[in-house]
Amino acid sequence: MIREQSSERVSLPRQRVRSTTGEPMVWLTAMGLTIGLVMVVYLIGLIIVNGLAAFWPERVAQIELREGSKAGINEARQLAGKIVKTQQKPVQGDGTRDQREWQVMVGNKEVYGFGFKYLDYADIAKVSYPMDIMLIARLEYGDAIGTPVDLQIKGAGTIPATDVEFPSRLQSLVTEVTQRREAIKRIEQQDVGRINAKMDALRLQQRALERSQQPGTSVPAAQLQPLQNAMAALQAEYEVLARRASELRSQQNDHVLTYRLITGEDRRLALGKIVHVSFPNQLSIWQRLGLFLHNLWVFLSEEPREANTEGGVFPAIFGTFVMTLLMSLAVTPFGVLAALYLREYAKQGLIVRTVRIAVNNLAGVPSIVFGVFGLGFFVYLVGGTLDHLFFPTALPTPTFGTGGIMWAALTLALMTVPVVIVATEEALAAVPRGTREGSLACGASKWQTIQRVVLPAAAPGILTGLILAMARGAGEVAPLMLVGVVKLAPTFPVDSLFPFVHLDRKFMHLGFHIYDLGFQSPDADAAQPMVFATTLLLIMLIVLLNVGAIWVRDRLRKKYAMGAF
Amino acid sequence: MIAELTKTVEPLKITDPILNIDGFYFFYGNKEALHNISLVIPRKRVTAFIGPSGCGKSTLLRCFNRMNDLIEGIRVSGTIRLDGEDINAPDVDVIQLRRRVGMVFQKYNPFPKSIYENVVYGLRIAGVKNRTILDETVEKSLRAAALWDEVKDRLRESALRLSGGQMQRLCIARAIAVQPDIILMDEPCSALDPIATSHIEDLMDELKQEYTVIIVTHNMQQAARVSDYTAFLYLGELIEFDETNKMFTAPAKKQTQDYITGRFG
Repeated sequence: MIREQSSERVSLPRQRVRSTTGEPMVWLTAMGLTIGLVMVVYLIGLIIVNGLAAFWPERVAQIELREGSKAGINEARQLAGKIVKTQQKPVQGDGTRDQREWQVMVGNKEVYGFGFKYLDYADIAKVSYPMDIMLIARLEYGDAIGTPVDLQIKGAGTIPATDVEFPSRLQSLVTEVTQRREAIKRIEQQDVGRINAKMDALRLQQRALERSQQPGTSVPAAQLQPLQNAMAALQAEYEVLARRASELRSQQNDHVLTYRLITGEDRRLALGKIVHVSFPNQLSIWQRLGLFLHNLWVFLSEEPREANTEGGVFPAIFGTFVMTLLMSLAVTPFGVLAALYLREYAKQGLIVRTVRIAVNNLAGVPSIVFGVFGLGFFVYLVGGTLDHLFFPTALPTPTFGTGGIMWAALTLALMTVPVVIVATEEALAAVPRGTREGSLACGASKWQTIQRVVLPAAAPGILTGLILAMARGAGEVAPLMLVGVVKLAPTFPVDSLFPFVHLDRKFMHLGFHIYDLGFQSPDADAAQPMVFATTLLLIMLIVLLNVGAIWVRDRLRKKYAMGAF
Repeated sequence: MIAELTKTVEPLKITDPILNIDGFYFFYGNKEALHNISLVIPRKRVTAFIGPSGCGKSTLLRCFNRMNDLIEGIRVSGTIRLDGEDINAPDVDVIQLRRRVGMVFQKYNPFPKSIYENVVYGLRIAGVKNRTILDETVEKSLRAAALWDEVKDRLRESALRLSGGQMQRLCIARAIAVQPDIILMDEPCSALDPIATSHIEDLMDELKQEYTVIIVTHNMQQAARVSDYTAFLYLGELIEFDETNKMFTAPAKKQTQDYITGRFG
């Protein structure tokens, strides 16, 4: 037939036409990818730079102002502080004057009334970095900046700042003070905490006894006496500890540091209020690096101070970690079992298909809706019922009838369960039919086949689902705000007091911490470096979680060497 | 279809049958796949099922250990008796049946576990925990499958690292570890190279000392090489069943002769 039509054959163009080679598409897709990558790299880079800059010890400048400048504090001619930001003034200029300005962290919030100040370039006469300027991190009111005058040591007289021994004596005393502060904290949190827990238990017992009495009668003395004896003994213990703690506290105020502000006035500060002292302009690059690492460590391991704008974020790290762990523990059995039933046991028909569609849609529900559901169902309904059944003596103070780490973990587990179900179903479907048949032919029941052959082979895919679920859950903030996250938690959800894991406690969370610092902080300027640092930390934590899970999945994959996952 | 006879038929005498198939029909939904199969499988012999594609040999084979139960919408009638007991009776424990009737598949399917764990799989699911018994079974089965010398030093390694022929022998070892009465083999060599194929064929000769072997094969020459009895199926019907040497030298039905000589198929 082709032979008949050879005279009518269409002649194809000899050269390749541009549009058919697909070159423009290559450029287009590459460009799309590049734009995406550039945005991500820019974002991560911005966070890294700003986040790490929060820890890098900067020098403190002494700025001499021009004649007649009104920029000084209390009409002083000089300013001292860390130069935090350089920017164009956000006002219309006439093009003649230099519109740049500096933001300077001047510290000494309790004296000046503010901690940061904007300074026009035009007002600056001279900038120098004197060696003797001191930066003091304090328990209250943030940092203090000044030159040292002298150190009053109880029982050993006064050492002037010019003395050669001054810096070393100062540092050793600060170390002593810090250790004593740790001891006080240990007494108050651990020892007294233990006593408080026991006393609470006794008080609840007493309440239970009182409640079980007939109205009008009182509890017989024989029952009450042992409780009251125990409480008295605990009270005595407490008194001893309280006395020791107050002894230590008063020792904290034994030594006093006097320093002079740039505005001229002298200030006195009890050493007990000092967290850290440094002479920023004297530091070599190595000392700076050491201080940088020290700051990083403090950030990761200490508790926050000053409405979360100073100090560390350790409780938030711990809370995020524990909550993500609990969430994973909750979501894995639910998700895997549900997927197992849908894929292996349920008769494939209309109902199963509807369930699958419903599960997929659940993944698209806004997270705040999950928060509201968690609040209504878990907190009020289930928590309230639990309180009535198991903790009636504590009422009306709710134990589980209020937000807590368990409800937060369960709410997030509910939110991420669709991800796990879908990934598990795909992984189960990827196990080759031959493997299943081989197991059945050996005389295994269906459940034995699933348990011994199918599930292990599907494990890498299931782990993929878990990774996705964890990554999504660890970053969500909106639902948590309703079910158990707080700005500042006095205790950890896991500690050394029985029963060690306190599922009813409220907790701190890194994501919420960022929100709180950024939008609810009383001092936005002081909080800014912390926001970046905490964001960087949260990103790194999630990356770490993912990398860890990917590593486990790769090892499983090598072991099982099959499937597309 | 009634095939033409080429000579008078003497009824085949099987003295020691293990499987009696009687008037067996098999339906995939409404489609008839096996029509009135009546057959006797002799004990401790190799029986081959041959026939062109789609004639129902694999279907029939899979009926013997009820692997077709996995497919939705199937229907059977007639009886298959294993040592006198109907295997399709409603009170039959399929798991017990599958322990007595083992299967080796066309595409070898070792589990993603160690070689050791693959072989003892059948024992573990039956509840055997005694380490000595497991170890002994592993050695015995791997020796019987002619694989022991090649893997005895790497029993804990992943089974997926073996070659194709080794994996198929591992599957055979796995099947015989539970001491079945019958071993079903569904085209066991079709995915293997000739050397591996010859290993497995040699193996079948030894296996029949202990086990009854039923093999489905596409390869007529293989059937002629390894089997004692051969059944020829065509379009769901049993055309002829006889001793192998008789079937291949002087088949009773013309259709058989046409197939064997390559006129169709």
